[in-house]
Amino acid sequence: MRKKRTFGRAAMFVLSAVFAILFLLPTVLTITNSFMSQSEINANYGSVFSGVSDGKTYIAEDVNLKFIPDTVSFSQYITVLFKSPDYLLKFWNSVILVVPIVLLQVGIAALAAYSFTRYKTKFKSFLFFFYVILMLMPYQVTLVPNYLVSDWLGILNTSWAVILPGAFAPFSVFLLTKFMRRIPTALIEAAKLDGAGEWTIFRRICLPQCRSALYSIAILVFIDYWNMVEQPLILLQDSTKQPLSVYLSTINSGEVGIAFAVAVIYMIPSLLLFLHGEEYLVEGITYSGSVKG
Amino acid sequence: MKAILRKKEGNKTAAPRLSGRRRWREFLGSSAFLGPSLIGVGVFFIIPFFIVVYYSLINNPVQKEFVFLDNFKKLFDNYSFKVAATNTLRFSGVAVPAAVILSLLLALMLECRIPLKSQFRTFFLSPMMVPIASVVLIWQVLFHYNGTVNQIMALFGVDKIDWLRSEHCMLVVTLLFLWKNLGYNMILFMANLANIPKELLEVAEVEGAGKLYTFFRIKLRYLSPTILFVTILSLINSFKVFREVYLLTGDYPYEGLYMLQHFMANTFRSLDYQKLASAAVVMAIVMVFIIALLFIVEDRFGKDVEQ
Repeated sequence: MRKKRTFGRAAMFVLSAVFAILFLLPTVLTITNSFMSQSEINANYGSVFSGVSDGKTYIAEDVNLKFIPDTVSFSQYITVLFKSPDYLLKFWNSVILVVPIVLLQVGIAALAAYSFTRYKTKFKSFLFFFYVILMLMPYQVTLVPNYLVSDWLGILNTSWAVILPGAFAPFSVFLLTKFMRRIPTALIEAAKLDGAGEWTIFRRICLPQCRSALYSIAILVFIDYWNMVEQPLILLQDSTKQPLSVYLSTINSGEVGIAFAVAVIYMIPSLLLFLHGEEYLVEGITYSGSVKG
Repeated sequence: MKAILRKKEGNKTAAPRLSGRRRWREFLGSSAFLGPSLIGVGVFFIIPFFIVVYYSLINNPVQKEFVFLDNFKKLFDNYSFKVAATNTLRFSGVAVPAAVILSLLLALMLECRIPLKSQFRTFFLSPMMVPIASVVLIWQVLFHYNGTVNQIMALFGVDKIDWLRSEHCMLVVTLLFLWKNLGYNMILFMANLANIPKELLEVAEVEGAGKLYTFFRIKLRYLSPTILFVTILSLINSFKVFREVYLLTGDYPYEGLYMLQHFMANTFRSLDYQKLASAAVVMAIVMVFIIALLFIVEDRFGKDVEQ
């Protein structure tokens, strides 16, 4: 019996390891390939990205997936970081779009979630249901209304067209409400007896109680918006204002080598957040696990 | 005094006993907190949505003649819409069950107290933060006609497949979808598995219940609300797969990959508001149905498990 169990666990371990390698592969490949020189990229992947035939002759017809570059070269990184300021500018565009979205969304959501948690009324339950539906709507449905309203407000083609809909997205409201409902009512009632007003209860009790929740939601929202493509593509047609994520997705065949290096640089903020706050992230995901509080 | 009374009786029963003025004040106080969010949601989502509904019911933005369901009839007669809707349904029909079953299996695998469990969890979650564009590059290398997958298959004597320009394209996109989403779903299942009362499982073991029996009769029952939630979540994520397909194959991919999202994006570019609006309304109605179903089903199954 014991032996059988150990064997079963070993089998599970091997199976998990195989899956884990498959899951890591694309990420690892992105990183190692970013250290290839342009000529090596062309030699290995030339035939994949030669869609636009530009008269170049590639060494091999076959595609050569390589894990380790023949010679480690930082030339792509040097190009990205020092030679063309375009990439850094777009990186900065991403920062000034995503950071306000995260801060505003979490801030507005904290207020709204507090309201949903305290005093339940029929109207609010209905409203909460409405928020959930809104949260679950595919982007294609909200895109048209978004575009219309940005046009109407005259903010189309400014970063506000991306930031404002992001700031009011109902996802954080939903998650935070679920966190806040776990705060013991006794705590709030006790504060009320001491004469604390709504704002004090919110500031002094609710916010400190769900500090980890705020953090985990901020990570989830950040990762989501850091990789956004559709919203800026449609609402922010001026390419000098677009974030790096959009630029990455429009990269053309001549720049594949750079694309890997840009992707690695772009991955760093979310990677750091992820490694630093993985426990929070997992907690956040766990709380999203059912549509009801 | 009132506060003490409320505390004794608990929030729910106490609420109606409050005096009118007090309740009004509390309602106002709480509404103030909801204000910013409500204004934003109203301006950016609710009002414009009604404008979209309005657009779907008129003949064109200039004449503004009310034509009721004509736009919808036209939409359902539209060839691209039909292709797009069929493909989206087909994709979701394959990808969603696969996402649910595989992520449950992953969660069960990690449940087995294997070494390096938390590292594996990290690895499975890692696709979340990789920029999709760079992953698409890798996918193109893997599934190119002269690409890695075909090379590996050649070793086993299998003929080359043009993955992205044949019926097999769906499989390529499904794999990308699974790679991206399994980790998140797995976390949901893992949290749920950890919540199953240990005593119950121990009793089952003492009574001599087999692994399969325990799984189907106990675990699956406890998991059912999460399974439903993951199903809906995957369904919604399967609508988001456009970004990947678009990056892999562009505006007009192989017909088998032409999804509702392509239809929306291409219609958007031609600024055909009536077509766009009616398609958005149809999608919204379908989504509300699915979500309402989730609420109802969760209600029924949830009661079964909660003591």
